[in-house]
Amino acid sequence: MKKIIIAISAIILIASCKKDEPATPAVEQPTPSVNFLFQQNYDGASLTSSDFGTTQYTNAKGTSHTITKLQYLVSNITLHKTNGEEVELGGYNFVDLAKADSRLYTPTEKIPEGTYTGVSITFGFNEKENITGAYTDLNAVSWSWPMMIGGGYHFMKFEGMFTDKTGSQTGFAYHNGTASKMVNGTRVHEENHFRVRLWDFSGGFEVKQGNNTTINIKMNLAEWFKNPIFWSLDDYHAMLMPNYTAQKRMNQNGRSVFSFGGTTVSAE
Amino acid sequence: MKKIQLIVAIFVIGIFTTSCRKSGCTDPNSINYDSKAKVDDGSCVCTPASGPTPYQLQIPQTFSLYLPDPIIPVSNPMTVEGVALGKKLFFDKKLSGDNTLSCAGCHFPSQSFVDTSRFSIGIDGIRGDRNAMPIFNHAWNTGEKFLWDGSAITLEGQALGPVLNPIEMHETWSNVVSKLQSDASYPALYLAAFSTSTIDSVLTVKALAQYERTLISGNSRFDRYLLRQINLTSSELNGFGLFMDESGADCFHCHGDATNPLWTDNLFHNNGLDASFTDNGLGDITGSPSDNGKFKTPSLRNLAYTAPYMHDGRFKTLDEVIDHYSDSLIYSSTVSPLLKHIPAGGVKLTIQEKGDLKAFLLTLTDSSFVIGH
Repeated sequence: MKKIIIAISAIILIASCKKDEPATPAVEQPTPSVNFLFQQNYDGASLTSSDFGTTQYTNAKGTSHTITKLQYLVSNITLHKTNGEEVELGGYNFVDLAKADSRLYTPTEKIPEGTYTGVSITFGFNEKENITGAYTDLNAVSWSWPMMIGGGYHFMKFEGMFTDKTGSQTGFAYHNGTASKMVNGTRVHEENHFRVRLWDFSGGFEVKQGNNTTINIKMNLAEWFKNPIFWSLDDYHAMLMPNYTAQKRMNQNGRSVFSFGGTTVSAE
Repeated sequence: MKKIQLIVAIFVIGIFTTSCRKSGCTDPNSINYDSKAKVDDGSCVCTPASGPTPYQLQIPQTFSLYLPDPIIPVSNPMTVEGVALGKKLFFDKKLSGDNTLSCAGCHFPSQSFVDTSRFSIGIDGIRGDRNAMPIFNHAWNTGEKFLWDGSAITLEGQALGPVLNPIEMHETWSNVVSKLQSDASYPALYLAAFSTSTIDSVLTVKALAQYERTLISGNSRFDRYLLRQINLTSSELNGFGLFMDESGADCFHCHGDATNPLWTDNLFHNNGLDASFTDNGLGDITGSPSDNGKFKTPSLRNLAYTAPYMHDGRFKTLDEVIDHYSDSLIYSSTVSPLLKHIPAGGVKLTIQEKGDLKAFLLTLTDSSFVIGH
């Protein structure tokens, strides 16, 4: 009788508690607060939406231009630890310079304590994730890349006015996404994202519980026009989306655009 | 001894089964009813029997597929009673100074809620200087900036303005509130919608905004095409191709696409209408000269009903609009960089292309939207 009662008690206990309380609760890992802040500059001069349409810039070709829009997409950030481990974050951040708070990205994933040597980012979406219509927030801001040139999403809209070779003010729309070209009468699409590793050359930064760590990622917009290809806005300013050469050159120039901008740490 | 063991065992079982059961609100009539909860923890919040009934927006299938959830402020949840009150207010001339003009007096339901006149006439016979905007899909206005110049923030905030505007309804809110308060039916309607019969401007604009959020247009031929329910003609499809081609008409950068069925980016642009501005638009609101001449991108839905076109209603027909973008663009310092070939006047569409583009644009007509209001 005693045994039966104990057995029944045990079964009821196990059955009733299984869902809510695991038998051996996992030890809570510290989950430090980590954000990413995307900061823009033009060869070192800080750039915000207050510069839109007013501040004049001169690119590597010597062409004078303004900037009226900057929106871009960064996805799948990875943090690199000094011991070689990697912390992969999914998701994406849509930066719209016209909305200051869009520059700050707080990943949903937990980032463990440790010392890190830098981060890697994907500019745009990789082919697997660059799916037409899949992200409602991006759809609502008209961020799609037309199906006829590969579909998916824009990776960047960088716009402004430049002084063309005749001295007239002309618009430029440096839009980046899937590359597409005609081959034997058929359109062929090529994925066009790139991944870059941004090193902390100061020797690493520490993420630890009790601190708010903001990892600064810098974008130097001048690099879109100079490295390795000197960009001629006279030759490439409009209708660049279906222009395969322009898209591939953007991809090349984009690789030196980003850099690690250090961290800002405050106590929680 | 065995009895004691039995009592202890039952006691233990009792404690554990009780403590391990999920607790929460177990009253199915409460708004926070938790179907998984076994033990009531006293947290139930019940709507009074006389309280308002939640309103379920009818969201079109293309919106559910591609768009974020509608923007409904926590401070103004949608209720059946609130929407009904808002609708009555929208059509009520008491909101104007001489009781002759309602919201619907300039936003005709049969025309997708626009005025067919270029400029609306206020109660004092004064003509406005901008074309009345249509009212639909406002619950998806990302950024919640309303009107041609973005001067109104939130739908509730927008509703405050026309009552006061001397060239529109030219009334004070205190007068409106007095008129509504002394009306035979309104106090009871406010009580049903907001659990108070004391009327004020805040509740009034909340009700108007609730009604406006129910004005959803998402049943055009193009929506049905996207849902694979119908086919389009080759002319319409050619037009859509031009619309989506950066080397063609390139409309999609500002006016949406198949996955942005709002057909607007909800942003502000200078679309090359004038060399200098008599109306600064957004620039007067932000104070930034770099915003001068910028106006809100209107949705392309229901163009069949929304003539005349542009912020100042300068174009009477859709053909004139297409001609503008094709042949008549004018440079000014804030012109959108997305407009191409401005010195030549635009992208120079052929007559055939213009016809195809227009045919596509008219597939965005939702005739079911303009009936039944």
